Amino acid sequence: MSARILIVDDEPNIVVSLEYLMKKEGFEVAVAADGEAALAQVAAFAPDLVLLDVMMPKKSGFEVCQQLRADPARAGLRIVMLTAKGRDAEVAKGVALGADAYVTKPFSTRELVAKVKSLL
Amino acid sequence: MNPRILAAALALALLMVGPFLAMAAILSAEMNEAERGAAELLLPRLPLGAFLTVIGFLLGLRMIHLLFGQYVLGPMKVAEQLRLMLGANRSYRVAAEGPPEMRELARAANDLAAQRDALLADVEAQVLAARAKVEEERNRLAALMSELAQAVVVCNLDGRILLYNQRARSLFETSVGLGRSIFSILERGQIAHALENVRQRMRKVSAGATANFIATTAAGRLLRVQMAAVLGALPGGEGAPEITGYVLTVDDITAGFERAAARDRVLHALTDGSRAALGSIRAAVEMLRDSPGMAEAERERFTGVIGDEVTAMSQRLDATMGEFADSLKTRWPLEDVQGADLVEAARRRIEARLGLATRAEALDDGLWVRADSFSLIHAITFLAARLQDEYGIRELRFRLSSEGRMAFVDMIWPDVIVSTEALFNWELEPMTVGEESNPLTLRDVVDRHGGEVWHQRESERAAFFRVVLPVAAAPEPSAARPAQPLRASSRPEFYDFDLFHRGDESHALDDRRLADLAFTVFDTETTGLEPSKGDEIIQIGAVRIVNGRLLPHESFEQLVDPRRPLSREGTAIHGITAEMLAGQPVISEVLPRFHRFCEDTVLVAHNAAFDMRFLQLKEAATGIRFTQPLLDTLLLSAVAHPNQESHALEDIAARLGVPLIGRHTALGDAIVTGEVFLRLVALLDGMGIHTLEQAREAARKTFYAKVTY
Repeated sequence: MSARILIVDDEPNIVVSLEYLMKKEGFEVAVAADGEAALAQVAAFAPDLVLLDVMMPKKSGFEVCQQLRADPARAGLRIVMLTAKGRDAEVAKGVALGADAYVTKPFSTRELVAKVKSLL
Repeated sequence: MNPRILAAALALALLMVGPFLAMAAILSAEMNEAERGAAELLLPRLPLGAFLTVIGFLLGLRMIHLLFGQYVLGPMKVAEQLRLMLGANRSYRVAAEGPPEMRELARAANDLAAQRDALLADVEAQVLAARAKVEEERNRLAALMSELAQAVVVCNLDGRILLYNQRARSLFETSVGLGRSIFSILERGQIAHALENVRQRMRKVSAGATANFIATTAAGRLLRVQMAAVLGALPGGEGAPEITGYVLTVDDITAGFERAAARDRVLHALTDGSRAALGSIRAAVEMLRDSPGMAEAERERFTGVIGDEVTAMSQRLDATMGEFADSLKTRWPLEDVQGADLVEAARRRIEARLGLATRAEALDDGLWVRADSFSLIHAITFLAARLQDEYGIRELRFRLSSEGRMAFVDMIWPDVIVSTEALFNWELEPMTVGEESNPLTLRDVVDRHGGEVWHQRESERAAFFRVVLPVAAAPEPSAARPAQPLRASSRPEFYDFDLFHRGDESHALDDRRLADLAFTVFDTETTGLEPSKGDEIIQIGAVRIVNGRLLPHESFEQLVDPRRPLSREGTAIHGITAEMLAGQPVISEVLPRFHRFCEDTVLVAHNAAFDMRFLQLKEAATGIRFTQPLLDTLLLSAVAHPNQESHALEDIAARLGVPLIGRHTALGDAIVTGEVFLRLVALLDGMGIHTLEQAREAARKTFYAKVTY
């Protein structure tokens, strides 16, 4: 069975590429456009990995990440954070809150795929 | 015999004999024959009466003499003693002797004197206390000025430097000095303009006004200067106070300016550079989209272009963020503070405002952070207040650590589970703690520092908030601090308030009193004694005298490569060897610096003609001329002590009690010459030689003035 990936980002342009890329790699893909939708999709879709943007309306990626980590039922869930701001302090925060990896935009699609595969 | 006693004796004799004789004359005129016969019976007994009268007279005389001694001479003696007490000997007391009245008088006078002494002692004590207080305040001000991170220079209206601090010295080097002109450092026009601005503002606002301007130093440093007026006290205390000088506070903003310039370059590279790359990409994409039938090789070329540009843009962005992230983000005035100080301040505030117990564990003392301490401490207090209000925590522990360029301030509390959502909500609230509110949110403060904040579980039994701040480099210990610690009891020599009372500078130097002038006392060491035969200067030493004080800190000392061999006899005297001179600057490099050091002062040297000859021989080659007035301690000594045989520096120094220390180095000799000069000035003053012109005229007349080289 192929792994399930949830893409959470409010920018449709990047979602187009991410969705195409992940599908091409043979993953099952779902999309959410904000933090609350992401939590709902996690419950409904039960993904193995979330590609989580940091800057989003309603709930930030950090907040979603921390809530997912607080839920023992989601202990095996992998979280890759995506951000346009790549500051040391943000990376440190993402890692501290339990993200498995932290990827800054713009990223190389090949590296992203490699990272996702290594986590699954 | 005192005439007054004589007169008293005469009066007594008259009083004793007069009535008797008058009575006898009257009786003898009225007597009849029989009565005369009876009277003649008395005659043989007259000598007895006369004898008794003389005895009475002598007794009376003795009494008068006694009373005179006690009541006339006694007060005279007391008067003399009082005069003694009044002048020569304050502690003298009138002797209580003689009759009771005189003793009482003496006691009263002594009581009066005792009262006078007590009052005088009280006044003296008050004067001493006031003087000590003024001295203490001066020292405190000097210490304060020395410790300031900003350079401070105080000038009078003529632009003479009255006071400066250690920072000003490190910024302006030898150009700054007591009594020197600020215009050798800063543009005269800028100062005048700023002064005019201050004057205008003071007319509008009653409080002190300031003016700011940007200046550059000779070495190309960029300075931000703030001018504030120094107001003089008016004798009557009425009317608007006069400006008597100004304080210049100087910041070296070169580094900040360079940071701003770097930021501009980054922005420029990001905008214009990205625009060009985007242009290429867009063109390539449009070509691909609009040309479906494009050959595979062409397609490859266009996608290659897009790939290259995108890679280049990514790299540029990464490099920029890595290199300039801090300068791009820190637009707020962040200062470098010791992390532990920040935590301690926050703890004190939390304990005082919230009554919440705090504890410090593992504070990294060597860690410095860049922070806006005020808003940061407010933010930490705000978090503590929220934890206390909503979760009832009883104790907060602090931890300070670092990792790479990030510093972590952790606030740890035990045993209470805080909702993960709580912090995300608190981040966006305006920070209100009790009465104090701050329009900023925690998120604003954190962003301002380019930092982050989050809430994390430490263990089963504890959790913490972590605030991330940028790490700052610990300050260089030596940079802003004086080389030597200030002694509380002594006045630093770069500081002289008495200069405020200097007279008008516009008079020609000739009419100025020697005591008021600034001097550069200098000495040279040379390869030999014959400048006209090619001997050269190998060392110049100089020290400044301002307001009657020799200032050892304001000195000049430089070895000079003479470009010719040294004589062995010379080395035996001055101890300078060829090895010491190798690599030293040549005279054409040293003279301009020495010339700047001497600017605006009167030159003083011992046997000055000799040193001046060396300097004059260099005029043509260097274009440097020493045109200021010159005084020679050799000649001045001859003026002060025309009958002494020797006016060699050692002999004058011995005569005037100047210790000979560090002789035969140029600076050592300059200092000895300076001390000698100060004592000579005092001697000349006693001879009626007060001004520069008088001193030069007197020197000119002495025999030694005829010596030339």
